[in-house]
Amino acid sequence: MEDVETLRADVLAAIAAAGDLDGLEQARVAALGRKGRITELMKGLGAMAPEQRKTAGRALNVLKDEVANAIEARRAALADADLDSRLDEERIDVTLPTRPQPEGRIHPISQTTDEIVAIFGEMGFTVAEGPDIEDDWHNFTALNIPPDHPARQEHDTFYLHGSGTSGHADDDRPVLRTHTSPVQIHVMERTPPPLRIIVPGRAYRCDYDATHTPMFHQVEGLVVDESTHMGHLKGCLTDFCRAYFDVDDLPVRFRPSYFPFTEPSAEMDIGCTREGGKFRIGHGDDWMEILGCGMVNPKVLENCGIDPERYQGFAFGMGIERIAMLKYGIPDLRTFFESDLRWLRHYGFPALQVPSLVGGLDP
Amino acid sequence: MKFTLSWLKDHLETEATAADIVERLSMIGLEVDSVTDRARGLEGFVVARVLEARPHPDADKLKVCRVDTGAAVTEVVCGAPNARAGMMGVFAGAGSYIPGTDMTLKKAKIRGVESDGMLLSEREMGLSDDHEGIVELPEDTPIGAAAVEVMGLSDPLIDVDVTPNRGDCLGIRGIARDLAAAGMGRLKPLDATPVPGVFASPIGVRLAFDNEAADACPYFVGRLVRGVRNGESPQWLKDKLLAVGLRPISALVDITNLLTLDLCRPLHVFDADKVEGGLHVRLARPGERLAALNGRTYDLDPEMTVIADDTGAEALGGVIGGEPTGCTGETVNVFLESAYFDPRRTAATGRKLNLQSDARYRFERGIDPAFLVDGMEIATRLVLELCGGEPSELVIAGGEPPWQRSVRLRPDRVRTLGGVDVDADRVTGILTDLGFVVTPEDGALAVAVPPWRGDIVGEACLVEEVVRIHGYDRIPTVSMVRGDGLPHPALDAGQRRRAMARRALAGRGLMEAVTYSFVESTRAELFGGTAESLRLVNPISADLDVMRPSPLPNLVAACGRNADRGIADAALFEVGPGFAGDRPEDQGMVAAGVRSGRTGHRNWAQPPRAVDAFDAKADAGAVLAAVGAPADAVQVTADAPDYFHPGRSGALRLGPGVLAHFGEIHPRVLRRMDVKGPVTAFEVFFDALPQPKAKAGPTKPHLELSPLHPVERDFAFVVDDRIPAQDVVRAARGADKGLVVDVRVFDVFTGGALGAGKKSLAVNVVLQPTERTLTDAEIEAVAAKVVDAVAKATGGVLRT
Repeated sequence: MEDVETLRADVLAAIAAAGDLDGLEQARVAALGRKGRITELMKGLGAMAPEQRKTAGRALNVLKDEVANAIEARRAALADADLDSRLDEERIDVTLPTRPQPEGRIHPISQTTDEIVAIFGEMGFTVAEGPDIEDDWHNFTALNIPPDHPARQEHDTFYLHGSGTSGHADDDRPVLRTHTSPVQIHVMERTPPPLRIIVPGRAYRCDYDATHTPMFHQVEGLVVDESTHMGHLKGCLTDFCRAYFDVDDLPVRFRPSYFPFTEPSAEMDIGCTREGGKFRIGHGDDWMEILGCGMVNPKVLENCGIDPERYQGFAFGMGIERIAMLKYGIPDLRTFFESDLRWLRHYGFPALQVPSLVGGLDP
Repeated sequence: MKFTLSWLKDHLETEATAADIVERLSMIGLEVDSVTDRARGLEGFVVARVLEARPHPDADKLKVCRVDTGAAVTEVVCGAPNARAGMMGVFAGAGSYIPGTDMTLKKAKIRGVESDGMLLSEREMGLSDDHEGIVELPEDTPIGAAAVEVMGLSDPLIDVDVTPNRGDCLGIRGIARDLAAAGMGRLKPLDATPVPGVFASPIGVRLAFDNEAADACPYFVGRLVRGVRNGESPQWLKDKLLAVGLRPISALVDITNLLTLDLCRPLHVFDADKVEGGLHVRLARPGERLAALNGRTYDLDPEMTVIADDTGAEALGGVIGGEPTGCTGETVNVFLESAYFDPRRTAATGRKLNLQSDARYRFERGIDPAFLVDGMEIATRLVLELCGGEPSELVIAGGEPPWQRSVRLRPDRVRTLGGVDVDADRVTGILTDLGFVVTPEDGALAVAVPPWRGDIVGEACLVEEVVRIHGYDRIPTVSMVRGDGLPHPALDAGQRRRAMARRALAGRGLMEAVTYSFVESTRAELFGGTAESLRLVNPISADLDVMRPSPLPNLVAACGRNADRGIADAALFEVGPGFAGDRPEDQGMVAAGVRSGRTGHRNWAQPPRAVDAFDAKADAGAVLAAVGAPADAVQVTADAPDYFHPGRSGALRLGPGVLAHFGEIHPRVLRRMDVKGPVTAFEVFFDALPQPKAKAGPTKPHLELSPLHPVERDFAFVVDDRIPAQDVVRAARGADKGLVVDVRVFDVFTGGALGAGKKSLAVNVVLQPTERTLTDAEIEAVAAKVVDAVAKATGGVLRT
């Protein structure tokens, strides 16, 4: 009978020497196959005396297990090596660019509007809307701007031919709303107080230069109830500006002004600096006009069928492009409407950047 | 409204600095537009006397002047025709910066003669365009004095934006009154002592209006001054006018301008010898014309107020005087007019004639109807002082229009409306300082409004007066209280849908644009046209003359502009209005988008392709999905408006309603707009979308998750190539509603063995068993049903 120790050494050496799965299989067959060396020895056990058979049998079984394990280990090692070499061949250049995934942008006017809505929404305002094409009553007269009022001349109104008979006077023609204020009138005509609305939208004036475009966007605000006074007007707009510009102690001031539809009227300035030729919102030595506002003129309430002895409130209006330019450093108003892709990519906002006071207005 | 600080101090006794006054003006509602320090850069220039002016030895037009600058006697070369011995001028030494020419003077030889500086013209000082000669100062000006001091330039010029309600502040005295009320000094008394007339005016005045037009000019005060000399104004008056940018004309005209600016009392002066007969104030007659003082002739209409003599209109009331009766250097007898003209009629006249004037600007904002006589007396005194002569008695026609008004102010309203507690005495004090007369009445104040404050009509106006003078900065700031609980959503369903559409499209790679609501009419025609009612009467330019039917024309044009800049592959969208008519219901909200060129840059892994109608269809579908339109019920039809490619466009419909158009833009449209194709586009009409069901609530339907594997089977059907794929899909889908859960078209093939007019559609049908795994026989049975259903619906047969 072959010496088990020699056999063991031979078989394990053959397994270790197997360079690939085929070689390993040959080594297995040579050891454990039908005519393998271990198999042959196992066959010889039957002819042995019981005592001897017991000892030899145990030794052979141990050897058999050991060889089987060695084969499995070798097989795994060979498979790993195989995979490694395959992966090595599969190497790619990870510096290559990815497949293009075009990214769109939200226009600064929409984004700014969403920011404004997020802030005023938190103060309990809802968004109201109205038509861009208005009649004289809603755009002017109901707002206490009667015909021949000097303020009308400052509006540079666009008139439409309209669908009525031709040859009528300017006052009967439809106008492109010169501000978002007529929506105040629509809302007050159909909704009883208390009211708390903002009205973002398009407005039109016949003017074009570095700081005027014939179409622009405004947001109007209106509060009507029984107790809102100028202190609330100041508080509401101060809170808005501080949240919008994200400057907690932004200096603000209110100056008396004139609008036919408010009394008292005010303009609001915010602090800024032009130090070193760079404009910045916040503390500084200068003021920047930001919006017009005031207490709703009792005549306007009356024109809408609301009792001015019982109700009062405030209204304001500001240019959306203007506050977008101030916040985001956009230098030229006219570029907002040019649809230049390079501009839109640069000044636009990612689709998923939805402003809220919970998640933050800005990224 | 421009004025100098010293002019303001004619009316305001104050120790306040210019900076304090400027700050205060803005804070009481007289917003300071600018403050100009006219002396800046001129500080080094001194008064000098020309001792001798001899001809330049080497140049005909130049002189060599010996000049005494106070500090030294020096020589300068000067080309001014008025340079002469004995005159007083303004000297700039070598090394000075000359603002008018933007140059720094150097000591230099001019044609061989050394020049040590220069004598300056107004233009060189940056004061005016006058370069006729050098500045001449009065004989007695001290030599060596700072030129800015003697020329009255060390006096800041303040420009205030006066709001339309404050006509009274279009006179400097009105501004002084506001400042005095705001604690910036004391308003000086105004001397309007009557000047006794020494004869009766030979020119009479008659107000000749019908009753309905009587308010056109209810009150007219006139006076003749005879024996005047109308020369140049004295220097103080010329300086005043020049400082605020007005050109001195002659003493009489300058006096009218002075009163306009100083007291907001526009006046007119007629050369009495050129007036035929008496003056009639009346409406213009049809066909009447006026040769105005500005050199232009105006056609008048019977809505306009004129002051006429027996020959016709001689002035447009409240707007402008006429040339034929204007005052000149020869005027000896002058008739002064101080009248009240109706603001509306004056404004309408000026607007119709497109004629702006300082007088119109004031009359249309309302001048003080009780200041006609005082204004006349002050003007008379100035005429007598500057031009001599003898005044007539006053000629008065009509009378003060009623202006008296009392407004009730409940003291509590300052707090409940103005939001600030102001002491009762202070309320009365402020109003009194502003010229109101305050009388307690039934626990409130009866406040009599002064005649120059026509803008004060109600209690809120008085609250504003009190609070603006008290200071808006003293109103305590109060944050808004939101009310009960948490706020409701700020957006309604429609607004939320538009917000979702925007973000969905941006998420798909399109750039949001915002374009004008108007468009060129020829472009609107290309996109379905626009109603005549939507044509602008006064477009800002010919290419923005109608309201747009859709945002599409602007977006297509934007593709063209971007391509011109080298970016041919554009993807743009806009969510905005389209207009079908001028009524509110004709305005609809549209999400429109375009893609042009290719799908992107060339890329090693994913080559780009030309954009096509399916990009647009996908964009439209994404909008519908984002806004929660019922996708299963949407039908696709192959019809779209004629600005789309007739064979490569379609509509998405829900029942009879069109939700969207999509497809390639018609090549002819692109050619007309000079835009290179292909351009694909879509429009989604928000107003056509079904309203979200209010009752459904947020609950989603129950979800059945099957533990069983879905089974897929592929079929290739040969159909007539006019058969829409949608029909095959729908037939397959309906073959077994319980098992077929999805049908996907994965190949379309034409040509080859199929022959003309046929196409092969390969579809992948997904079966979802619900109760147990399907047997082969069951799967075959469903497959047979699919084949039958497709054959029945479309005539399609299985491809073999």
